[in-house]
Amino acid sequence: MKIAVCLKQVPDTEAEIKWDIPSGTLKRDGMDSITNPFDEFALEEALLTRENYDGEIVAISMGPEKAADVLRNALALTVNSVQQISDPAFAGSDTYATAYVLAQALKKIGDVDVVFTGKQSTDGNTGVVSAELAAILGWSQLTYVAKVRSIDAAGKKIVVERAIEGGNEVVEAKLPAVVSVIKGINEPRLPNLMGIRKAAKVEIPKWNAGDLGVDTSKVGAAGSCTKVVEIAVPPPRGAGEILKGEIEDIANTLTDKLIDLKVIK
Amino acid sequence: MANDVWVYIEHKDGAVTPMSFELLGIGKTLADGLGSGVCAFVVGEKADDIAKEAFAYGASKVFAVEGAEYKGFRADAYSKAATSLLDKYKPAVALFRATSQGTDVAAASAALLGFGLCTDTIGLAVDGGKMKMTRAAFGGNYTVSVVNEKAVPQIATVRPKAFAMPEKDASKSGEVVKEAFSVAEADLNTKVLEFIQSATAVNLVEADIIVAGGRGVGNPEGFQLIKELADLLGGAVGASRAAVDSGWIAYEHQVGQTGKTVKPKIYIACGVSGAIQHLAGMRTSDCIVAINKDPDAPIFKAATFGIVGDYKQVLPKLIEKFKGKLGR
Repeated sequence: MKIAVCLKQVPDTEAEIKWDIPSGTLKRDGMDSITNPFDEFALEEALLTRENYDGEIVAISMGPEKAADVLRNALALTVNSVQQISDPAFAGSDTYATAYVLAQALKKIGDVDVVFTGKQSTDGNTGVVSAELAAILGWSQLTYVAKVRSIDAAGKKIVVERAIEGGNEVVEAKLPAVVSVIKGINEPRLPNLMGIRKAAKVEIPKWNAGDLGVDTSKVGAAGSCTKVVEIAVPPPRGAGEILKGEIEDIANTLTDKLIDLKVIK
Repeated sequence: MANDVWVYIEHKDGAVTPMSFELLGIGKTLADGLGSGVCAFVVGEKADDIAKEAFAYGASKVFAVEGAEYKGFRADAYSKAATSLLDKYKPAVALFRATSQGTDVAAASAALLGFGLCTDTIGLAVDGGKMKMTRAAFGGNYTVSVVNEKAVPQIATVRPKAFAMPEKDASKSGEVVKEAFSVAEADLNTKVLEFIQSATAVNLVEADIIVAGGRGVGNPEGFQLIKELADLLGGAVGASRAAVDSGWIAYEHQVGQTGKTVKPKIYIACGVSGAIQHLAGMRTSDCIVAINKDPDAPIFKAATFGIVGDYKQVLPKLIEKFKGKLGR
């Protein structure tokens, strides 16, 4: 089975975020970066799939030069190969442009049975690249996956549980499939020291727009049809009221105030 | 016609809730700004009953694709049918709820049409004939507004409850336009085998009232008290990442950057410190109540009402008072 996993480098969720205004892109220089937390679950699911069914894993990441770090981490966790997708022309790509580039990369890799992605990134937070990728490729679109029940590469079939409103939907789908996973699907493992040492020495192969046959008029800030027109700091919430006094009185006041909102039925 | 605002009506096997129609309200506002009308569009086995309700909630026209293959929701079938409608009628705007179904169909339809989209928007306005879509970014510390210059339609998913419900007027009616579009079973990728209803049926996103617990709750038993208050108020139970990662409660309850984004009318945070990752998921709630032992906890800065105290003492008192006043 050929397993692909898409990884994104994002600013550390604890980091202070700086925007480049007015271009609307992130100032990624000098910011601590990590593998998108949701993608760690995707990577672990790829590793588990290989353990359960055999096969090879190729990890890909689209992003600037320094995003090679996330692929090094994937190598330390023993993925079979990695491929960085990087080109100045890609900077500022919106979700569709990103999905289009990733689709070109997956086609070039060839014969992929299943692609794992995280549910969303913690920086862009859009949560739609996976679905767009599936639609562009015409592959099965399996989002919000909480459990992979079985994968039958020979029979070209996968069965998953999707965590949607009110419960889990069990879906059988044809392969190839793009599977976006949620937190809690597994417990991501950590790389060991030997893996890290080995990965440090590997040259990370890179594909640019030309290698992928990407039409550069469709990507990057210029080619994307969604344009950022304004970045603002949301108005602060009005100063709140601290209720003071005996618990009895506080509880009395608060319950009155909440009942007055006429929300409790 | 071409400048119309379309609202996707989601349903589960033909069943709708009033929330299925909520975007007809903001849709009407946008259409007024564009000098056009608000229309609903539906993909399903049968659309007539859904159309009737869509008119009551303000749709001037309903476009529908019907067929046996659309009985239950399937991303590929629904997206192809929705795309056929959008491609034929080319409305200016298409709105979807930012639910699992709405997001799946919006993303795939945009991709099939060759455009990007804006997701989980919390602000929508007409600006110079184009729709300006505003969403929260980076833990709600920023808002980003985008326009989709070339796309027809401009597609947005909208955070549930971000806009007011439209008024319902059952006397209203309109024209239903049915388009034939079918997909052969062999061309579809997915088949739903079964639906496993969650025992706790958490639907945080739709809940008007959420009682949430954080690290300060201290143990799984603490969530019993939180659940008792939530049940009493007809609300749902939420949790911070710290509580979920400690194993006290399941991930489906998690609110925040790596959990769900919610906008209830009342959010009661118990023992939640208010890390930016948690605030990202709930700071747009209408009324926030914070209960925390630490007077310096950042949650108090976001709170409408704050109580400095131990939730173990405060919640039983609140439960007692609510029971008395609500007669429960």
